[in-house]
Amino acid sequence: METKLKYYLQIADNALILSHRLSENCSKGPFLEEDLATTNVALDLIGCAESIYEEVALQEGKGKLGDYFAYRRKENEFLNVILVEQPNGDFAHLMVRQFFIDVFHFYFFTELMNSMDDFLKGLAHKTIKEVTYHLKRSSEWMVRLGKGTEESKHRTQVAINKFWKYTHEFFIENIVDKAMLDNEMGVDLAKIQKDWKLKVDEIFYLAHFSIPSNDFSIKGGKDGVHSENLGYILCEMQFLPSKYPDAIW
Amino acid sequence: MMKTVLTSPEELLKEFEEKINSEQKIEPLDWMPEEYRNHLIRQISQHAHSEVIGMQPEGNWITRAPSLRSKKILLAKIQDEGGHGLYLYSAAETLGVSRDQFIQWLHKGKAKYASVFNYPALTWADMGAIGWLVDGAAITNQVSLQRTSYGPYSRAMVRICKEESFHQRQGYEIMWKMMQGTKDQQEMAQDALNRWWWPSLMMFGPHDGDSPQSANAMKWKIKRETNDNLRDKFINKTIPQAELIGLKIPDSKLELQEDGTYIHSDINWEEFWKVVNGDGPCNEQRLEHHIKFHNEGEWVREAAIKSGLK
Repeated sequence: METKLKYYLQIADNALILSHRLSENCSKGPFLEEDLATTNVALDLIGCAESIYEEVALQEGKGKLGDYFAYRRKENEFLNVILVEQPNGDFAHLMVRQFFIDVFHFYFFTELMNSMDDFLKGLAHKTIKEVTYHLKRSSEWMVRLGKGTEESKHRTQVAINKFWKYTHEFFIENIVDKAMLDNEMGVDLAKIQKDWKLKVDEIFYLAHFSIPSNDFSIKGGKDGVHSENLGYILCEMQFLPSKYPDAIW
Repeated sequence: MMKTVLTSPEELLKEFEEKINSEQKIEPLDWMPEEYRNHLIRQISQHAHSEVIGMQPEGNWITRAPSLRSKKILLAKIQDEGGHGLYLYSAAETLGVSRDQFIQWLHKGKAKYASVFNYPALTWADMGAIGWLVDGAAITNQVSLQRTSYGPYSRAMVRICKEESFHQRQGYEIMWKMMQGTKDQQEMAQDALNRWWWPSLMMFGPHDGDSPQSANAMKWKIKRETNDNLRDKFINKTIPQAELIGLKIPDSKLELQEDGTYIHSDINWEEFWKVVNGDGPCNEQRLEHHIKFHNEGEWVREAAIKSGLK
């Protein structure tokens, strides 16, 4: 597959797999408004993934539909970062995972608005509106949880410590990222890593959380090497198209 | 000197009934009989709980929705249902009871929700059947409730009906697509109809003579049409929809009359009362789920309040 389309899939797969995790939380929120907010983010992310998959299908020109990329690919063909496939856990885990990816998405799509690729540029202009809201929401939650009770602060710090090792992968430049940056179509990950860290520091300062000192990193998702979680996600998501391959839904 | 006008309970009741009879809405600060208030508290909170508990059987299929389009539609539908729950809790709160109290009553079994959600959603076709039949039955009831006498409830119903009619069409579209599809899909669709038809008819409640709350509710125009009338309306409009896409209604006594209405079998009332009284396939599961996640969310709610941030 062409490098550019792989880059498209990296973006789409992050959105799809995270939306799957958020969808799992439907009817499980701490209160109704928050339940709806979580599924609303899931809905935005599916919309983003779907528009990218349709573009990949179009540009690839092999007669596939956009859904093919969600429903027919194998585990090692998914190019999402490993963080988005991590289980929801409690509300603190769900929100910390969301906050880390929202900060990344915010700076990623901000930079992507300058892409020389028309599709990516258009996608970024549309998506930035949604991710700006996502980031506002998750930042506010981080501060609430930090300033809330001893329990909320403890649970959230535990989640931060757990997920920190997955965040480095956002900024590890693979061959696809490099080629896209060289062609002025992709995002400079080293640049947005600084912005990401500044924003995380700012919110952690406001919320009284500490940055884990451990720089150990779990990576591989962007090159198709995932955690064990992805297999179960795909098993569930692809169940009907796999069981009834001739059916149109 | 200020003159105090004392109004007797009889005068207040007369004024209240005159308002009702002249189709004026009763608003939260208006005087109302306690029975009227209590009937509304029971009915609106039950309606709100139904929207919220109804998120469970459908939420069960989001992660397995077979296309991205169907996944988006289902997610948006469930969000609408949760949103309806919010409007309705707000409408019910105007009667002087908090949402927390409503939830406690639900958890203690003092408040009910629509029994239809005590049936399991077993296949993807159930997402079609629930939208088409369950939302279809709900709309039939809710269209008449747009004219209900209590202002906040009536206004909530106007918004809700607009969204519910989309849900019904989306549900029907799922069934239609499956009936156009493979043999497996057609069987799945027929199986879903077989399982959801009778629970949908039960949604209209008992025969009017067996419905203890009906008389006052009709008199005070909380309810505008009888259970049996509404049920017949639903049956008459749904059977042709089923036939159009090749589905067979699971009722061997079904017979079309000259006036376009249908003779049909009676509902299994024994099953109806069993499920209403707690012995349906999923009563325990639905309530346990709600209690579990409400309790697990307590520390989050507490943190949100303590943080002092809105």
